[in-house]
Amino acid sequence: MAISERKGKPALGAIARALDSDIFHSFIHSPVTVISAVVTLVFFIGAAFAPWLAPFDSFDPGALDLMDAFTPPAWAEGGVPQFFLGTDDQGRDILSTIMYGSRVSLTVGFVAVSFSIVLGVGSGLLAGYLGGWVETIVMRLADVQLTIPAILVALMIDGVARIMVPFHLRDQMAIYVLILAIGISDWPRYARVTRGSVMVEKNKEYVSAARVIGVHPLFIMLRHILPNVMGPVLVLGTIGLALAIITEATLSFLGIGVPPTTPSLGTLIRVGNNFLFSGEWWITLFPSAALVILVLAVNLLGDWLRDALNPKLR
Amino acid sequence: MALLEVKNLRVEFPTRRGTLLAINDISFSIDQGEVLGVVGESGAGKSLTGAAIIGLLEPPGRIAGGEIWLEGQRIDGLDYKAMSSIRGARIGAIFQDPLTSLNPLYTIGRQLTETIIVHSGMSKKAALARTIELLAEVGIPAPDQRIDSYPHEFSGGMRQRVVIALALCANPGLIIADEPTTALDVSIQAQIIALLKHLCRNHGTAVMLITHDMGVIAETADRVAVMYAGRIAEIGPVREVIQHAQHPYTMGLMDSIPIIGHDVERLRQINGAMPRLNEIPNGCAFSPRCPRAMDRCFVDRPELMPTEQSGQAACWLFGEGNSDGGGDG
Amino acid sequence: MISYVIQRVLQAIAVMLAVALVSFLLFNFVGDPIDNMIGQDASIDDREAMREALGLNDPFLIQFGRFTGRALQGEFGISYRIQRPVSELIKERMPATLELVAVSAVLALLIGIPLGVYTGINRYSWISRVILTLSLVGVSLPTFVIGILLIYLFAVIWGVLPSFGRGEVVQLGAWSTGFLTVTGWKAIILPSVTLCLFQLTLILRLVRSEMLEVMRTDYIKFARARGLSENMINFGHALKNTLVPVITIAGLNIGSLIAFSIITETVFQWPGMGFLFIQAVGFADIPVMAAYLVLVALVFVSINLIVDVLYFVVDPRLRADKAVSAGNDN
Repeated sequence: MAISERKGKPALGAIARALDSDIFHSFIHSPVTVISAVVTLVFFIGAAFAPWLAPFDSFDPGALDLMDAFTPPAWAEGGVPQFFLGTDDQGRDILSTIMYGSRVSLTVGFVAVSFSIVLGVGSGLLAGYLGGWVETIVMRLADVQLTIPAILVALMIDGVARIMVPFHLRDQMAIYVLILAIGISDWPRYARVTRGSVMVEKNKEYVSAARVIGVHPLFIMLRHILPNVMGPVLVLGTIGLALAIITEATLSFLGIGVPPTTPSLGTLIRVGNNFLFSGEWWITLFPSAALVILVLAVNLLGDWLRDALNPKLR
Repeated sequence: MALLEVKNLRVEFPTRRGTLLAINDISFSIDQGEVLGVVGESGAGKSLTGAAIIGLLEPPGRIAGGEIWLEGQRIDGLDYKAMSSIRGARIGAIFQDPLTSLNPLYTIGRQLTETIIVHSGMSKKAALARTIELLAEVGIPAPDQRIDSYPHEFSGGMRQRVVIALALCANPGLIIADEPTTALDVSIQAQIIALLKHLCRNHGTAVMLITHDMGVIAETADRVAVMYAGRIAEIGPVREVIQHAQHPYTMGLMDSIPIIGHDVERLRQINGAMPRLNEIPNGCAFSPRCPRAMDRCFVDRPELMPTEQSGQAACWLFGEGNSDGGGDG
Repeated sequence: MISYVIQRVLQAIAVMLAVALVSFLLFNFVGDPIDNMIGQDASIDDREAMREALGLNDPFLIQFGRFTGRALQGEFGISYRIQRPVSELIKERMPATLELVAVSAVLALLIGIPLGVYTGINRYSWISRVILTLSLVGVSLPTFVIGILLIYLFAVIWGVLPSFGRGEVVQLGAWSTGFLTVTGWKAIILPSVTLCLFQLTLILRLVRSEMLEVMRTDYIKFARARGLSENMINFGHALKNTLVPVITIAGLNIGSLIAFSIITETVFQWPGMGFLFIQAVGFADIPVMAAYLVLVALVFVSINLIVDVLYFVVDPRLRADKAVSAGNDN
């Protein structure tokens, strides 16, 4: 289409172009992807606005009534409509705990992934630009770490860091330690992609030209590298988010994740597990379902994003 | 009867935004033992034509219309199994990159004997002997030792010889050679072309030689078809087309080839570029770039018609009422 | 070839030393080891005496050397929590973990590879689509959720399989095996299925994508152009080329299994090393943690070494090269 046909307010033009693009096209025509996006959005909103949207404030001890404990879900025998998904052993509404729990899970997940990206892209840039032994060390480190499953890395770092923190600060620092652990466990992939991009750009003539003019080649390279790297990083990041959420849930389930004062979905599942045998299945199964649905939705989005951004498949 | 007859072939690609017609109604034939060159720019549809004939169009591409006849038998609608008995035995193919054409994990001896056995049912021993014969024929030195070598242990030119041996081992009547020399050094190119020519003449094999290199065509082909935007612009004996091009596009092509010894200020080129598949203009696809375009050219699409020479061109310059190559600007 | 192997071995040793260092630092400088051993009410003199006796006042390198020496003999001290030598604990628990990992590995490979090949060849069939959808769900199910679900179905609702423990074990010398009893086998089913599921889906998707890549290559196209039959192409050519990189995958898979066994053992209270490690983390039982760190590093480094060498042997292209590039960029 001739560019002249798209004159008009630049912002509107950009939106119009985006709506007309292949990417949006493939998005709208894939019902699975649209549903995933909607589900993810729902979780987001539910988690972000939990204090206002949740029917109950799960963590206000004053509001709890032990008489409400172990109420089954609304549609089962003995259930009541106000506790839609039932209550746990302390009388907390499961739906609300799920919303608050998702909040923690999503927050940790996002911050951890952002940390990974900053760490990974940053080290990739340094490795590619500086070359020499910096590059060798960084890339070797990445290679070695990639052979170890991320969850194990996160487990190790979390376990070790915990012990190093003084006992009385442990609960306070737990979240930071956790984010650090998950963040470090996933940086290599971003580093690899970024370094690859740097290698490609480094040898182009405009870099030498920039040096001649006196502009720092790094600034120019960033201008060209970042757009190239954005796509893959986005795809990796989405899948990385799913991974981070699973890792956090796993660590919390194992008891070495978030502190008990701010339970995430993993913690809820762990606590609920104790009641599985006595018949109160909803306490663990609903948070499990929520976790799975969330991760599945994010994974599907990541899958679609990868196919949409893959030039070979267009 | 011609060996290969292609009638009104159309190949389309359904995409999300609509269907693209990559080959738009082409017809030509190849006789026993003749070498037909197919030239054109990238994207003109040359490789697709070859792929369609041998039944290896990659999905979602598909044959949308027309007929392909091989020795009086129609082959364009056959299923995979039927086509695979034709491939190798009656139609062979050579592709551009000899390195990627060979399976890196198998010795070339294994790849050759396997193909021979599939088509002839010979015993392993006999197939091995035949393999060594073939390798010698294509000019591989010490063939009995090299049958245990892997593809990466050969140079580019040697690999292409192996590929040619593989394509010829079942004695097909027609070989489709898709850019067989493009990936090779210039010095090797000449050798490979000579080999191909020599072997095909000896075995009486016809060749559909697809390339963008006019020099190769001039050396090797008997007739040549010039493709543009999915259609044939001109087709005729090689000498004539090169020296007395009829279609304005062919004339532009010939003009743009620099002649050694002649000084020029600027290289000649044809203005503009070949249109993309979804932007093909009405009428003749070449009309926007044609220096001899008439009003009619923008409206009606010309079919192949006889020219002043013995070939044909798809150009209104040769339509009824225009008996001379001139005509109004 | 020899130089390649030596290079790899040297790198492996370097990594192990680094891990040993971390382990050592953990041991001696996190918290005060003396505190951990005597408790905080001992007198200052007693502590000093203990320090001398344990050699904690010696120079860093000597301490490190001593630590490494002991580690090489499997000596990691006494567990703070259980008050028994770490090496004994590990020896006791190792068979449990290894048996679990072995069964899971076999399951994952036996099911994952054929399914991957099938979905690669029959790309558009509805069976393939179903399998792929299930595999996506499989990747999204955290291991512990799978475990809980299976326990709920098979132990709580149907009551046919045990939800914890190894069942009866038979002692064969130093090795305790669950393979020789019915309860042993019953007990290993749920944990191994849980453990293998994630790996299975991973292997399936990897094999499939390898297969798809291979099917698009020029040499497959040329093989078709030569008239080779569909079967010869799928199983003679494509399969061989697909499986070469799958060797690496299978090898790394074992490492993954060891990692995820930690989770599975915890869910099923399977008395293996992973469960021991988690309990150690919860308790700040440093000797156990340090030992586990070194052990796991050893396993991974060995696996990588073996896989590297195997690759070299199998792919004829690598034998010709002297300088082997350090891995592919995916």
